Amino acid sequence: MSKSPSVIEFQVMWDRLIAIAEEQGQVLIRTAFSPVVRECGDISAGIFDPQGRMLAQGITGTPGHVNTMAESVGHFLAAFPTQTMKPGDTYICNDPWKGTGHLNDFVVTTPVFKDSKLVALFSCTSHIVDIGGVHGLDGTDMFMEGLQIPMLKLVDQGKVNETLMAMIRQNSRLPEESEGDVYALASCNEVASRRLVEMMEEFGLGTLDALSAHIIERSREAVLGEIRKLPKGSWTYEMTADGDDTPVTLKARLTISDDGIDVDYAGSSGPARRGLNVPLPYARAYTSFGIGCVVAGHIPNNAGSLDPIRVSAPKGCILNAQPPVAVHSRHAYGQLLPDMVFGCLRQAVPDMIPAESTSGLWIMALHGRRRSGPRDKAAFGLAMTLSGGTGARPGKDGLSATAYPSGVMGTPIEIAETQSPLIFLRKELREGSGGAGSYRGGLGQVVEVASREDAPFSFAATMERVKFPARGCEGGENGAPGWIGLGSGEVLDSKGQHEIAPGQSLVLKTPGGAGLGGAASRDPVLEDSDRCNGLTGVQA
Amino acid sequence: MAQDTHAPLRLAVDIGGTFTDVVLERGALRITRKLLTTHDAPERAVLDGMKIVLDEAGYGFEEISVFVHGTTLATNAIIERRGARTALLTTEGFRDVLEIGTESRFDQYDLFLEKPAPLVPRALRFGVPERIDVDGNVVTPLDEAAVRALAPKLESAGVEALAIAFLHAYRNPAHERRAAAILREELPGVEITMAGEVAPEIREYERTSTAVANAYVQPLMASYLTRMEAALAEAGFAGITYLVTSGGGLTAIETARRFPVRLVESGPAGGAIFAAQFARRLGVSDLLSFDMGGTTAKICLIEDAEPATSRFFEVDRAARFLKGSGLPLRIPVIEMVEIGAGGGSIAQVDTLKRVTVGPESASSTPGPACYGRGGDRPTVTDADVALGLIDPNGFAGGRMTLDKAASEAALSRDVGVPLGLSASHAAYAVHEIVCENMASAARVHAVEQGADLGTHAMIAFGGAAPLHAARVAQKLAMDRVIIPPNAGVGSAVGFLSAAVAFEVLRSRHVTIGRHDAGEISAMLDDMAAEARALVEPGALGAPLVETRTAYMRYVGQGHEIAVTLAPGQSALEDASALRDAYEQAYAGMFNRVIPQAEIEVMTWSVLVSTVPASPARLPEAAPAPVPAPIGRRRVSLGESELDVPVYDRTALTPGARVSGPAIITEDETASFVPGEFDLHLDITGCLVMDRRTARSATKGEAA
Repeated sequence: MSKSPSVIEFQVMWDRLIAIAEEQGQVLIRTAFSPVVRECGDISAGIFDPQGRMLAQGITGTPGHVNTMAESVGHFLAAFPTQTMKPGDTYICNDPWKGTGHLNDFVVTTPVFKDSKLVALFSCTSHIVDIGGVHGLDGTDMFMEGLQIPMLKLVDQGKVNETLMAMIRQNSRLPEESEGDVYALASCNEVASRRLVEMMEEFGLGTLDALSAHIIERSREAVLGEIRKLPKGSWTYEMTADGDDTPVTLKARLTISDDGIDVDYAGSSGPARRGLNVPLPYARAYTSFGIGCVVAGHIPNNAGSLDPIRVSAPKGCILNAQPPVAVHSRHAYGQLLPDMVFGCLRQAVPDMIPAESTSGLWIMALHGRRRSGPRDKAAFGLAMTLSGGTGARPGKDGLSATAYPSGVMGTPIEIAETQSPLIFLRKELREGSGGAGSYRGGLGQVVEVASREDAPFSFAATMERVKFPARGCEGGENGAPGWIGLGSGEVLDSKGQHEIAPGQSLVLKTPGGAGLGGAASRDPVLEDSDRCNGLTGVQA
Repeated sequence: MAQDTHAPLRLAVDIGGTFTDVVLERGALRITRKLLTTHDAPERAVLDGMKIVLDEAGYGFEEISVFVHGTTLATNAIIERRGARTALLTTEGFRDVLEIGTESRFDQYDLFLEKPAPLVPRALRFGVPERIDVDGNVVTPLDEAAVRALAPKLESAGVEALAIAFLHAYRNPAHERRAAAILREELPGVEITMAGEVAPEIREYERTSTAVANAYVQPLMASYLTRMEAALAEAGFAGITYLVTSGGGLTAIETARRFPVRLVESGPAGGAIFAAQFARRLGVSDLLSFDMGGTTAKICLIEDAEPATSRFFEVDRAARFLKGSGLPLRIPVIEMVEIGAGGGSIAQVDTLKRVTVGPESASSTPGPACYGRGGDRPTVTDADVALGLIDPNGFAGGRMTLDKAASEAALSRDVGVPLGLSASHAAYAVHEIVCENMASAARVHAVEQGADLGTHAMIAFGGAAPLHAARVAQKLAMDRVIIPPNAGVGSAVGFLSAAVAFEVLRSRHVTIGRHDAGEISAMLDDMAAEARALVEPGALGAPLVETRTAYMRYVGQGHEIAVTLAPGQSALEDASALRDAYEQAYAGMFNRVIPQAEIEVMTWSVLVSTVPASPARLPEAAPAPVPAPIGRRRVSLGESELDVPVYDRTALTPGARVSGPAIITEDETASFVPGEFDLHLDITGCLVMDRRTARSATKGEAA
């Protein structure tokens, strides 16, 4: 392009980058093996400039991945300076502090070359189905949580690192699927790289420098513009979460100023004994996602839009855990952080803020061995994400059995049953679980599962909001706390391993979202409709 | 016009949301008409329109041999929630499958989003004890007494239609059938849909949603079809009636009564068939059909003269056409993308100072600013007026005068001022962004189908397409744009060349190499028999062809790829050939195969169809003289100011050639030929634009 691009050309190219990143994500989902990726969309994909700044990300993806991946590329560049990168190279890492917060997520980064110059990088991440280690949060340090891959070359100038692939296969209970997932990560970057080079040719671009500066500057200014509309000040919020052995305290101070929003988690509890610790990049990801939903939902996510939001936590606290603590189930607290942010913002802009939600995904991680079928295929593992209710919103009820803040989808029962010898006995809304209020919290759900064979199966519990439910606000009532137990009625601990004996069933009741405003002022038409549809009343 | 009285007299009618289009054909004779849809009794516009074209041609109803009918009535009933009071029967413990859905949010950042309301409220969803496992074995027998006990409840609730959707019924439908039999006995007036019959595929949410949608529209469609049949009979019609399905095939009226959900989206399917027919006639095998109207643009890929198909569709998507925001339907459909980009799409500037166009539309009322009907927000049509692409005095054949100053004022105020652009630069920005949005949708669609658009030609129809087609083609590196005649009633014209067809799908999970070829072959034979039974009554002895497809994937993956199977059981016995066929398709899409990974089949399909009308490829027209332009117009595209000749389409004869830039006007629309394109009128009356520096042959190397 001989002259500098016009405003409209910039916009067209920007849109094109977002479309390329989305295509990258779609290719990943369609070629992945891990059920949580392909059925649930537990991925992220994005394009970065040579300085490691994220320019665009796929619309598909989940916040914990998206915003952590945004930081991750910088670590790749520190380990592999751009001048050492060659066409056909691809890099990999699963360091929780340099990636997305736990070992199961592999981050794969591929440099893009045009006319033998490095012009951009594509990075993507997805949840690998099995990387060995103990199941669930039982590890007491990261060495128990499975295979660790430092910053390594996955592909060296087109040649796959077979040694690493062999290591990955050897360390997984599901070697073929895990290897397939790694290929899926690499291949979506390749497809996207091709697309980017085509685009640069179409627009006659030699580098992305001008476009990169435009995107980052525009986005940063737009977010700052939105922030400047908010009242200035500092607000605090505190939450007690279930914890492992003892309850966990989360504390936030949120400050709105003309140059951005700062969130600090000083005062939060120290590290957990088992895998509930959150590396700071993951805490930052969900914090900025929560803020983004309120102030910048329509502004594309990139280094510029993320820049005005700053997150800190004292080193060593549960939200800035240090190696080598166990981090497997970092989602349990990471996903509570939007509620922490909302708790602060509610004091500043109450009309924009929902009541507390279930927030943390209930991941039903089930493992065992089949009695029937080929011997080498006997091991099965199933990780289904179950959602509870979301909090009531100003002017609207909460959503029932809906993931927030996570962006994943549930797994169809019939698909889960093709992958395991399990049979589901129930999966329905949990009546009466939404917190009452002039706007009602969303309902949780009840799920019951057993084995079809005369065999036990194991369940790794990492659930939150069992002891401390989502709290109502402005007179609204709390959502129902979650419940975990057996079909016989026996209660199970919400954290740790359980063996479900043959003939027994496992029952999970996900929490309800909290209510907003006093129940007495609820619209009688809504109240009637709830009663008639059996949504309220005796709690299931 | 010479009339070929030996050729059968055929009529097609497409009922759309705004217009009912009618086409009469006999041999070379074609008469078309657009009427306003009569929403209270849609058959009225159908009969009126038929009578008008018959009168004009000098025929009577009794002379019609074939009547082909497409309608959006089913779609609209769902979108407007005007269907029957419907109940749902599920496996006990799963009555909320319809409401829990995918548990996801279609917009990650919107804290205030609303999910579409389920078609059956919770109070009318009932679970009954029964359970079939993943292999089709009965785990819990159907509690027949519990089913029977529901009858009085359903009756007192005033239920008019019922869907039954039990887990794994695609594998073993016995319980659904038994429950349906009991309730048919108890409630003879209630229409019953079995999910295992209407969509026998794995994934309970999509299957249940499909069954519920079918039940929901069934009474309305059945009553409409009965009224229409009676009205036609009274008028003297004694021919055969076909309904157009979303998959682009024709089906008998009885099948349409049983599976009305398969009629959703028949109009757009007609457009794709229209395009595919042109592909054959022009000898172009690979096309991108581009249909741009007032509110939306629809884009469909056509390869080997066949539109891309899918077995998934979402009806009633939320305003921004976001994936996941509608009700999922598992039905065979012509695969297309629809985005909110049309002549009425409204332009504005967002907080990032980016120009956005659509999906909000000014529709026909209040309409674009230039209509002077109360609309004051700038639209795509306003931009085209301001750029000089639309003649304010020649709009709609001169029946309507547009206010160019109003267009410019609206564009200036809402786009120009916020961005510091003149009205004409603002107009160019809107034009450019709407074209980019459509190109982007086309690109995504092509990627999903694994297609390279550079080797395709574009066929453009719908009122707004001819002005934007060439620019969209440029963005997609496509070299040829074809604008057929009768583009305004393309769907209805397409109906007349559709084949009589029915596709039966069934999920049966097998791993390649460990599958029982005999069992699968027997199942496919069963499915073929089922499809034939539905096709034969309409085929009237015409030869039938059968296409068998397996939806395959590597074991453990989540998305299947359609692989066409060679006929016969022997094809199923050769595991390595099946593997090769799959890997070839997979590598075509994703560049690599996964070594050693096992392959499984989730779903099987059998399509039985008459052989579609295959018009002979037509010869090129001999060069013809070019008439003088009827005028010249200033067109301003960003930095370039052009002095563009304007031609009247009706004055062009086949073989006439014009170099761009040029504007070709006709009654319903106008085509813009950019400077990079040459245009000629071909022997069929199509306007064909070719990029002067055609580079499709070398495109592979250029990339």
